[in-house]
Amino acid sequence: MIGFILFFAWLGFGGDYVWSLQGHHAFPWVGIVLTTVAIFTAWHTYKTGPEKVLWATGAREVIDPQTDAERQVANVVDEMAIAAGIPRPRLWIVPDDDPNAFATGHDPRDSHVAVTQGLLRICTRDELQAVIGHELGHVKNLDVRLMTTLAALVGAVLLVRDGMGRAMRGGGLPIRGGGGGRKGKNAGPLLAILLALWIVSWITAPLVTQLLAFAVSRRREYLADAMSAQFTRNPLALASALEKIEGAAAPTASIKRGAAHLCIADPLGRRFTNREGWLADTLATHPPMSMRISRLKGMGYAQLKKEGGSFTSSGRG
Amino acid sequence: MWVLLIVVVVAVLWMVGAYNGLISLKNQTVNAFKQIDVQLKRRHDLIPNLVNAVKGAMDFERSTLEAVIQARNQAVKVNASGPDAVKQISQAENNLSGALSRLLVTVERYPQLKATGNIGQLQEELTSTENKIAFARQLYNDTATQYNTKQQQFPTTLVAGLAHASPSDLWEIEDQAERAVPQVDLSRR
Repeated sequence: MIGFILFFAWLGFGGDYVWSLQGHHAFPWVGIVLTTVAIFTAWHTYKTGPEKVLWATGAREVIDPQTDAERQVANVVDEMAIAAGIPRPRLWIVPDDDPNAFATGHDPRDSHVAVTQGLLRICTRDELQAVIGHELGHVKNLDVRLMTTLAALVGAVLLVRDGMGRAMRGGGLPIRGGGGGRKGKNAGPLLAILLALWIVSWITAPLVTQLLAFAVSRRREYLADAMSAQFTRNPLALASALEKIEGAAAPTASIKRGAAHLCIADPLGRRFTNREGWLADTLATHPPMSMRISRLKGMGYAQLKKEGGSFTSSGRG
Repeated sequence: MWVLLIVVVVAVLWMVGAYNGLISLKNQTVNAFKQIDVQLKRRHDLIPNLVNAVKGAMDFERSTLEAVIQARNQAVKVNASGPDAVKQISQAENNLSGALSRLLVTVERYPQLKATGNIGQLQEELTSTENKIAFARQLYNDTATQYNTKQQQFPTTLVAGLAHASPSDLWEIEDQAERAVPQVDLSRR
């Protein structure tokens, strides 16, 4: 979070510094305006974020469950909310045949869990429970708040950059002149480097924020998997649910790019999500599925060993 | 002199933090315990409706249904007698759990019954109710364990007396039959 604020300050006040060197003015209005705009956009997106995400996926809320499947998932959400010790989140169903699920909201008192039709179709009750447990893990860890804030900040950076770009072109300011400017000449190479760096940060701003969001998201997935295992005491159910979700593999069409890091599995079905290595580590919103499954299975075996049971007789309910 | 002052300030700040942490955990434990009650109450309220819903379809299994109703009424009566009778309450609840699971087994035995909507719904509601109680107990045990560990660990144990912290009991299965590992024989003979 501090990184974001510093980044914004650098973008804004750095601009003022360059301007003042060019002898235009001394008052840092760019910095102030930029910061205000950023704060306002971030706040606005944060407030309306969950509604926007849900609206974008075309989800409908389940208030009074009608079919058996709806009744079951509503009960499962109740159960997991009890296990997690948080108030019951609002439940939404996304009309999409690809299995996936996501959570959004600001804090445990105001949270939403959405599942796709496809998930209801292919999952057993235990697997559904594990998936909902994973999502409520995100809610309980306040990941939903973090993710919504991150999404808001990414959006704010994009918006501000676009706005500034237009202003610069419209005003015809000599920004593209590199280290130059009328008085810039005697400031030397240090200023040139600084200016170059500043321009590069402007260009890469959305990328940097996006990468930060990805990195946070990946680490949180393992934690939510572990939380699900803690709630259900049944890590193998989540492992088999993840296998099913991965097996379905088709991209979830109704979940857009912006909400990808909220989902249980990468809705875009991107190849590198399933690989390891530097590129995947940087660009994927989720850790490799095989890693998640093997960790869960590890948990499951350890549990079975402790209980002294064997595989066939210890499944529950 | 200054060093002493700083040490004292740090010690006091730590004590405040540890004390507040213990109090917060204590209240969470109490709340988690109340949640079990809430779920048990929910189960008591639910059962009459469920039984009425399937009465017609299960006329021939009247005894199973009646056992459930009886166990439910007993549990409600014991619960009304106050929170002191923990032992009786948990016994009555265990009886009710037993009766309910027999009902579920009975339903399993008649595949044609499951085809009718009511029974499927009944099964789902019963499963969910039992799960809710189990999860409420799980949450209570987890929270109470956290609380117990915290107050016994050094150095938090130093302020445990100040916070009037005492170990909470965990919820245990009292019915020996329920504790036994179910024997499942999948071999075909």
